[in-house]
Amino acid sequence: MTAEAPVTTSPLDPPAPILVEFRQVTKVYGQGAAAMRALDGVDLRIREGEFVAVMGPSGSGKSTAMNILGCLDTPSGGSYRFQDAAVETLSRDQRARLRRNYLGFVFQGFNLLNRTSALENVELPLIYRHIPAAERRARARAALALVGLTGWEDHTPGELSGGQQQRVAIARAIVTQPRLLLADEPTGNLDSARSHEIMDLLTGLNRDRAITILMVTHEPEMAEYAHRVIHFRDGRVTE
Amino acid sequence: MLWNAFLLALREIRRNVLRSILTILGVVIGVAAVIVMVTLGGGATQAVATQIETMGTNLLMIRMGQRMGPGSGIGVAPFKLEDAVALQRQVPSIRVLAPSANQTATAVAGNSSWATSVTGTDNRYLDVRNWPLAAGRVFSEGESRAGKAVCLIGATVQRELFGNQDPVGEKLRIKTMSCQVIGLLATKGQSSMGHDQDDLILMPLRTFQRRIAGNLDVTMIQVSIKEGESTEAAKADIERLMRERRKIGAGEQDDFSVRDMKELTDMLTGTTRILTTLLSAVAAVSLLVGGIGIMNIMLVSVTERTREIGIRLAIGALEREVLLQFLVEAVVLSSLGGILGILLALVAAVLLADVLQVPFIFNGGIVITAFLFSAAVGILFGYFPARRAARLDPIEALRRE
Repeated sequence: MTAEAPVTTSPLDPPAPILVEFRQVTKVYGQGAAAMRALDGVDLRIREGEFVAVMGPSGSGKSTAMNILGCLDTPSGGSYRFQDAAVETLSRDQRARLRRNYLGFVFQGFNLLNRTSALENVELPLIYRHIPAAERRARARAALALVGLTGWEDHTPGELSGGQQQRVAIARAIVTQPRLLLADEPTGNLDSARSHEIMDLLTGLNRDRAITILMVTHEPEMAEYAHRVIHFRDGRVTE
Repeated sequence: MLWNAFLLALREIRRNVLRSILTILGVVIGVAAVIVMVTLGGGATQAVATQIETMGTNLLMIRMGQRMGPGSGIGVAPFKLEDAVALQRQVPSIRVLAPSANQTATAVAGNSSWATSVTGTDNRYLDVRNWPLAAGRVFSEGESRAGKAVCLIGATVQRELFGNQDPVGEKLRIKTMSCQVIGLLATKGQSSMGHDQDDLILMPLRTFQRRIAGNLDVTMIQVSIKEGESTEAAKADIERLMRERRKIGAGEQDDFSVRDMKELTDMLTGTTRILTTLLSAVAAVSLLVGGIGIMNIMLVSVTERTREIGIRLAIGALEREVLLQFLVEAVVLSSLGGILGILLALVAAVLLADVLQVPFIFNGGIVITAFLFSAAVGILFGYFPARRAARLDPIEALRRE
């Protein structure tokens, strides 16, 4: 089944091109009788510019789907196209290049480098893109400014609040101008006020910078920010 | 990328200064030990060679008997002055030779007495041994021919008998003979075999034979070979002539020996070199142990930084970029150990050379080798932990707390 919805603000516009597409994707862990099907034939299509929320109980396969979408993992069966690439055929290094060039990650636990300044954390993906130091610095500052952290560049994660840390993580994810931003419960560790701030930030990025966003969340309140919601249950998409 | 990896490595090392120092201590000690051993060994070898050189180059010693050392000439017919004359005349490669006879005797001057080696010879002895005077004059032609009671003394004899006083012109007594000191020999120091070369009195051979020994024996002939002549050929010539003169039949053993100083040099420096090599090998083992220490800490570091590695992999670091980062860190650590080891070694070698009375000879080759070796240890022992880091599954790594 294919979950699809009009994406753009005006229904009169033609549908945007497809960015990622799952076709009958399965993921099996283990072998034989102990085998566990985490994904059981998932079809999924996300167009450029969409803001999609993914919901589902734990164990429903949404994390597995996110890992595959993020090119951190490969499907056991079916196909996953990212733009024109058949991800299931790519090597580990090729997938790393895909992540480096087109994907941004925001994690529930922020996953910033400790004892490393906010600026250097945001610079990190640019280092792996071999961008010269001066340009790296300028772009990292701009990204921090975009998430409202001007003046906090030299603070380490330990010196920042949770909301600020998640802003740093978002800045790190968007500094490379990715085509797709994957957010895994970005507000899971934040209080309600901080959560809404982060959601406003993501909505703004999606609207103003045309960054496609896929966000896993448990909270229906947060899912309301998205254009549409995909529900996972027992390794399948149920809506 | 390499530069970034280098900067990252420096930062990691700075973060754990104490741990880093402890980690590299093994390499520091290993490198230092190797350099100290090789440097001091080189100095000792050099010292042995120099000491033998002070005895005169191209030197052959003709002794009675076959063995080296005291007592070797017992029961063997001694040489005569005529042997020396014949050698000089019939072996053209001989530049100069010095016949000598020797005995241990007590010398007395004023209230002091000193048992020393008394040698009868002539000025050619000084030539052969390449031995200048510190004061006074050598024997005159007349003194040698007539067997006058005059002598030259070594620095040790001068110190024991005359103290700080100028000995030239003073008298000393050996057995019943009173003898005038006409010169003081320059200091030679200890020989490579550890005996004091300055502990001797020289007098004309004729004086020694008549007044001390009471016979016409010559116990040793020292020969200096002409520059550019083969020592081996000269040795063979001398042996042939001496066998003839001493009527040794074909197939019979020599009852004398002709020894080459070069043989002695090679033997002694060879021994020193073997010792140096052995000690250096032991030191090199400690360098390897140091490498294992680095591997251990790098493995700990990879475990501690699993999440960091996961983050790097997730945002697009390639396997080889993570590998390089950890490899560079290990190499920077071990090279740092190498540099500290070199500094420590140079200080220790200078101090120890002074204590052991061995010349300090800076050996640039071993310093560079030791440094490269320490870097190689980093690569060797850093590779396994680095590969482990690079092969981590980013999903698993990110889950780790």
